[in-house]
Amino acid sequence: MIEFHSVTKRFPDGTLAVEDFSLVLPSRKTTVFVGTSGSGKTTLLRMINRMVDPTSGSIDIDGADIGTLAPVKLRRGIGYVMQNSGLLPHRRVIDNVATVPMLQGTPKKKAREDALQLLDTVGLDRSLANRYPSQLSGGQQQRVGVARGLAVNPNILLMDEPFGAVDPIVRAELQQELLRLQRELGKTVVFVTHDIDEAFLLGDQVVILRTGGLIAQVGSPAEILANPADDFVAAFVGADRGKRVLHLESHSDGDVLVDADGRLAGVLAGGTSPSAAAGAQTATEETAAPEVKAGPFAESGAPAQGGDPR
Amino acid sequence: MTWIWSNLDFIWDRTLDHVVLSVPPIILSFLLAVPLGWLAYRFRVSRGIILSGVGLLYAVPSLPLFIVLPFIVGTTVRSPLNLIIALTLYGVALMVRVVADGLASVDRNVRQSATAVGFSEWTQFWRVEFPLAGPVLLAGLRVVAVSTVSLATVGAVIGAQSLGSLFTDGFQRGIQAEIIAGIIATVGLALALDGALVLLGRLLMPWTRSAPSTAARAPMRSDKEAVA
Repeated sequence: MIEFHSVTKRFPDGTLAVEDFSLVLPSRKTTVFVGTSGSGKTTLLRMINRMVDPTSGSIDIDGADIGTLAPVKLRRGIGYVMQNSGLLPHRRVIDNVATVPMLQGTPKKKAREDALQLLDTVGLDRSLANRYPSQLSGGQQQRVGVARGLAVNPNILLMDEPFGAVDPIVRAELQQELLRLQRELGKTVVFVTHDIDEAFLLGDQVVILRTGGLIAQVGSPAEILANPADDFVAAFVGADRGKRVLHLESHSDGDVLVDADGRLAGVLAGGTSPSAAAGAQTATEETAAPEVKAGPFAESGAPAQGGDPR
Repeated sequence: MTWIWSNLDFIWDRTLDHVVLSVPPIILSFLLAVPLGWLAYRFRVSRGIILSGVGLLYAVPSLPLFIVLPFIVGTTVRSPLNLIIALTLYGVALMVRVVADGLASVDRNVRQSATAVGFSEWTQFWRVEFPLAGPVLLAGLRVVAVSTVSLATVGAVIGAQSLGSLFTDGFQRGIQAEIIAGIIATVGLALALDGALVLLGRLLMPWTRSAPSTAARAPMRSDKEAVA
């Protein structure tokens, strides 16, 4: 469990990134910080592993104030995945994954064996182990990044817009992988994104932030969608524009779901007419509600990403 | 030409002298430049002081430096050590800025992610920043190597035996072939050291060559991502 107690962060240039922020992030659940740039979401994330220290207030992990812990040791116990993978370009994939365990004293042979298994876990073919990061696609690099984040078998996994730099098809694939991993591993995941659809897809608890790290609303995706706290939240989730209000329309090609703007949003599950599915695919980014079938990624000609998708 | 053929031993001996005079300064200047360059890179205050300091150092004319050094460090005027120290100073002057720039060239994302996964500052320097600055360091070291080999010839004027001795001797005795032999041997030695450094770089930095050539060998790379 991660607890923020009245945390404020003012940067030396005077910017107030986070003000009086208090929140409990439950164990083994995914909490998503979502907001525009300047909302302090990355700052909040980085305070958890002391990349950034709060100006005032405190953060507890499982009851221990992290301000009293040595930053390097703390970070080695927390997984971290960032945008553009942040892999070490001069180390091979396997060494990138094995690095932190080796820093902690795991023997090289054991660390490398574990790393190979982690490649399996994140759905990467072992044949990629001896490549350099620049030899991988963006999606593969992000998978390696996730494997590296899991390498120390941390309880907490911090993810800073990890899928922000890959194309929508690969992103959707990685999101599904993360959901699968989370079902299997049950980490306490803290995820930062500016994409509300991603937040609703991945988050057990979604925290919508406004400028200055102020909480606009906290809740499950369903709670937020059903009862936006105010106009800001409604605008942010798209409820004000009718993006979330879907209705069924019958077309000559089949039945499709349409939002209030008349934009195609998807098809009803079970509506398997191929042309309807193709229509839904054009509106992939609009789909969010779970009962709506998103574009069929498996058949969309997506590039195979490192081994067979499981 | 006959002079060259009948004096091959002499030319070879002077070449060896030249190697002994120029290789230690190249290595020493690199070793000294790394901590100084790090200081210049890491702290704003030391950056200004160190970089202007080494800049001025390089402006000191070589001949007076060779003559003044013995009085400062207490060696005899004709000791080869003078030359080695002087050449090291010039090498440091060139190399410090390169080290500072090389360290600054390391991708901020990579640096941050190394910190985030728990590298200590010391480990991060040696395992991340230093190796990733490698290509820039190598480029700088190649300049230092060539310039040191060329500068070392000046030592002949103060009596340190080197390929420069072929110039001084050739001038005094009016043997043109000797001067030409000196020039060719100096350039050859510079090229040989430069080539050795390039090879060493390839050996120590295998990742620098892997990137461009292997895009085709990554079958699962999608076109879209290749562009990105």
